[in-house]
Formats: sequence, structure tokens, C-alpha cells
Amino acid sequence: MIGVRLYLAQRLSALILAPLVAGHLAVIFYAVQGGLDGAEILSRTQGSVGFGLFYGLFVIAVSVHGAIGLRVVVHEHLKLAGRTLDGFTLATGAVLLGLGLRACVAVVG
Amino acid sequence: MIKPHRNHPLWLAFLLHRLSGVCLALYLPVHFLVLGLAIDETARLGGVLRWSETLPVEMAVMGLVFLLAVHLFGGLRLLVLEFLDWHDRQKSVAAAAVALSFAAAAAFFLQVI
Repeated sequence: MIGVRLYLAQRLSALILAPLVAGHLAVIFYAVQGGLDGAEILSRTQGSVGFGLFYGLFVIAVSVHGAIGLRVVVHEHLKLAGRTLDGFTLATGAVLLGLGLRACVAVVG
Repeated sequence: MIKPHRNHPLWLAFLLHRLSGVCLALYLPVHFLVLGLAIDETARLGGVLRWSETLPVEMAVMGLVFLLAVHLFGGLRLLVLEFLDWHDRQKSVAAAAVALSFAAAAAFFLQVI
């Protein structure tokens, strides 16, 4: 169901995500504390290479992590297996990556 | 009948980690879609952001902050469990993960109200 490579990818993506999630929570707190509205947030993020790299890496890591995590859940609870399970994992990762990168371009580009 | 292992606090930690992960995975595409509105539908994005400032939505966002924090701290607990030497404070670490997550969610809520 989850071989060594997927296990390592799950753990590696978790290690990458840990500081990024902490940073994202800090950004949320900063935005809320400052009472920033959507336009103010966008004015600070658009054109920022730092935000682009931060959230680009975030999206890639969360796509890998989310897809493998849901793979484990649907295998254990819905008994999906084999090619169906592989297809589900790839589709989940692709949807998260596609939507996430689009959101990244919208917020940073 | 509840299976014996499910009475163990660390099984609850596992359950919380799994449920928070599933909820976050279901929420993420919606979050990305809303952020994507900034490309060419800034008016709609503004509408969504104004709607997000209503109390019920802020309560829901507080829940999301809790889920994100509890998945982060619970995940760190798992990484410590798997990659470092075993120690006997697993239950304490799990409790600390939940406590920190509640603190993060409460701090967020106090900021927005």
C-alpha cells in the first residue's frame, strides 16, 4: 500500500512542511493582527520573490504529503488498492499541485 | 464494543492526527480556489474576504487554525517517535501538542474578535 519510497516522501515532505506551516501560521497572525484586508495582503505579496519561493515550496510539499496521506486513508477505510489506489494518489496530487500553483501565481505573480 | 487499544490516549492522538489531516486535505482545494480568484476576479475575492469576516466564518477559521496546528504538532510528535530514540513521555508530548494547538487557535480567535 505504501512502499519505502512513498513512506520516505511522506516523511520528507512533513519535515519540509513543519517550518513552512509554522511560518504560514505566523503570516496569518500577522495579517489578522494588522487588520489587513485582501487588497493590502495582495499588495505585500505580489511581486515578492520570498513569498513566491515560500508558498511555491509549500504547495509542492503539501501536494506530495496530502496525496500520500489520503492514499493511506482510502486504502485503510475504503479498501482501495492496486492501480485504482495509484490513480487516486496521482489525481489527488495533481489537483492539489495544479490548484495550489494557480493560487500561488494569483497571490504572488 | 470499543477495542481495548482505542482507550489508550495515544490512539486518540492518532485519531486526531488522521481526522485533522483529512479535514485539511478536503479544505485545501477550496482554499486554493478562493486564492485563485485573485488572478482575474478580485471583486469576487473581495466579496469572499468580506464574507470571511463574519463571526460564524471566523469561528470556522479558528477551527482550521486548530486543525493546522494540531496536525503540525502531532506530526512532529510522530517524527520524533519514528526517528529519535524511544522515550516514555509520549503521552505528555501528545498532550503538549493538543495544548499548543488550542493556544494557537485561542490566540487567533482573540485577535479577530
